[in-house]
Amino acid sequence: MVNLKIDNIAVEVEDGASILDAARVANINIPTLCKHPDVDPSAGCGICIVKVGGRIMRSCCTPAAEGMEVITNDAELKEIRKTVLELILSNHPNSCLTCGRNGECELQDMAAQMGVRSEEIRKILSAEPIDDSSKAIVLEPAKCIVCGRCVDICQNTQNVWALSYLHRGMATKITGANDTKLGDSPCIKCGQCAAHCPTGAITDYDTTAQVWDMLKNQDNVTVVQIAPAVRVALGEEFGFDFGSNLTGKIYAALRKLGFAKVFDTNFGADLTIIEEATEFVRRFKEKDNLPMFTSCCPAWVDYLEKYYPEMLPHLSSCKSPHEMVGAIIKTYYAQKLGVEAAKIKVVSVMPCTAKKWEIARDETMSSSGYQDVDAVVTTRELAKMIKQQGIDFASLKDEEADNPLGEYSGAATIFGVSGGVMTAALRTAFFYITGQELGNLCFGPIVGLDAVKVAEVDIMGTKVRIAVVNGVGNAEAVLQEIKKAQENGEEIPYHFVEVMACPGGCIAGGGQPRVMGARFAKPWGINDEIRALRSQGLNCEDEQAKNRLSHHNASIKKLYDEFLGAAGGEKSHHLLHTKYQKRPLYK
Amino acid sequence: MADASNASQVAAKWRKKRGSLIMALHEIQDVKGYVDWSDAVELAQGMGVSLARIYEVLTFYNFFKLKAPGKAVISVCTGTACYLKGNDKVLEKFKSELGIGEGESTADGMFHLQCVRCVGCCGLAPVCVVNGKTYGRMTPDNVPAILDEWRETFKEN
Repeated sequence: MVNLKIDNIAVEVEDGASILDAARVANINIPTLCKHPDVDPSAGCGICIVKVGGRIMRSCCTPAAEGMEVITNDAELKEIRKTVLELILSNHPNSCLTCGRNGECELQDMAAQMGVRSEEIRKILSAEPIDDSSKAIVLEPAKCIVCGRCVDICQNTQNVWALSYLHRGMATKITGANDTKLGDSPCIKCGQCAAHCPTGAITDYDTTAQVWDMLKNQDNVTVVQIAPAVRVALGEEFGFDFGSNLTGKIYAALRKLGFAKVFDTNFGADLTIIEEATEFVRRFKEKDNLPMFTSCCPAWVDYLEKYYPEMLPHLSSCKSPHEMVGAIIKTYYAQKLGVEAAKIKVVSVMPCTAKKWEIARDETMSSSGYQDVDAVVTTRELAKMIKQQGIDFASLKDEEADNPLGEYSGAATIFGVSGGVMTAALRTAFFYITGQELGNLCFGPIVGLDAVKVAEVDIMGTKVRIAVVNGVGNAEAVLQEIKKAQENGEEIPYHFVEVMACPGGCIAGGGQPRVMGARFAKPWGINDEIRALRSQGLNCEDEQAKNRLSHHNASIKKLYDEFLGAAGGEKSHHLLHTKYQKRPLYK
Repeated sequence: MADASNASQVAAKWRKKRGSLIMALHEIQDVKGYVDWSDAVELAQGMGVSLARIYEVLTFYNFFKLKAPGKAVISVCTGTACYLKGNDKVLEKFKSELGIGEGESTADGMFHLQCVRCVGCCGLAPVCVVNGKTYGRMTPDNVPAILDEWRETFKEN
């Protein structure tokens, strides 16, 4: 341990902690634009300067040392910080009023905090064009302050390497290799770059206008579904504590926005489990392309299609839950409602930017004869729509979802957290294999935020080996382990592998609310503590649910009885399953 | 294809040595004069390095060229003496005559324009060098004649 004084406050921190970390222990918030809890310090922005023994240094990358006396804020430091900020602002447009980050921007917040009231430095703006080619996230180079967070996340955390620094000095820009547009690059649309960007340089591919248009058109029956992770994060945008589960209020808000029916993607999660557990049990018995990989995460699917096409036979053929719901709405539900599928518009509210791309990824996403899901808005975008509609979210009374696509089990709601899909699938697979229910519904080792979580589950004497990969950057090691075993003709290390591309799972997806320092009197940015709180919000719902098993969802049973027939049958295959293709890293 | 196989050979040579990407890029450029997309793709595959990292290195260092430079490489000295003697105006004249910027080549592949810092003959300032031939006491007015001279040279060849 190291003992030091920060602004005369004695602090004890672990060896290797930076001065910035130590200050946070003392509840002193040193401002920074490049350091984020999820990324290594890069000393990029120069805002986090402090004085140690009269010398000025960057606190993010200076280790705390024994006996150190640190000053975090005096007249000189304030002046230098403000000048550094003004230099950054001199390369940043003043288009805050129409920016996607207006009111939730770290740069804007800092300019306000530091009292910048005039611009003394001549403005030099980048003329690089906006890149919206990915149809999931939008790159606006002029707003980039080259903090490097997105590159760190894309290369080191996610191991995707779509974004890179090109050129140097004033000419530095963040883009794909050889100026490749994101849509033609290895980008998997996970949106972690957007979730970590401190400015409006990387934002959602905004589809709210499209959704307002659907709602306006009286000929449409516009219906909506919300993903599991949305319910435990949206509240942050309206002053609720981290992890507050606000399902009932969200349903109420969606009705106030004008949606004709409010459904829940959790219904689709239960449906996914029926299909996926059926598929797993068959593949397990037949030893067909094991291990089987989960396929709910479109960014993970995109990653495998680009980086490991030879492993595609391992992916479950199940569509993701919201795509299943879309297909069922435009067939089964359309019939029930007596409305032509052409007139039904399906909007998905997702914690995810990759889902925006997924809805048109191939022809299987139009299995109903129409595009099964018409538009995806992120949790952040839903918050904006609620505000735009003038809804007092906090005072809304809880409402229920519409049926039959609103009922869900506890197993469904944990789809939003790393380990949840695996847990839900095993509960049902156990029942399918043994005809009995599992005694213990949770598998301790696969809960939590570790990179790769491994467990062995005993199903009537048969050991099922499972792995849960938390964050797509951790997938490579597991894939290599599997490939090595295959090449050497050894026993495969796992039978079933879950991968969620975003660290923590969908609760910390690329489309989730940004954790705004100003609002919470804390440093900006998501961290593992907040990931744990959001996860807890979903896990609690599962623990308290009357039904915690997908195969006991009565509406799902009815759907099979009335419409689908057998799980894994012909109709299911047409509507609920997809196929995969090798995609080039660069087009 | 000869160039492409060179990139593969270079990749094979350096793949086991950590931190050798720059050396590999040097070797490709030494032979070919530049490193293009197909070289970078082969190098990425051969060395197990991402294309993103390769282009980070290629664009960080001015030395590396991504496209074939023009046949006549015009180096305008912007070292202190040449600059003070007015080579900035000469540079502007080259740009306007050729319709290209610094570090660019003409569409016909004839000329490449670059700046260099001192060529070691400040007594002749301002100086330009084209494919090793030095032109001293430059003025903007000399520029068209020099361009014509090199157009003729390459026409004859």
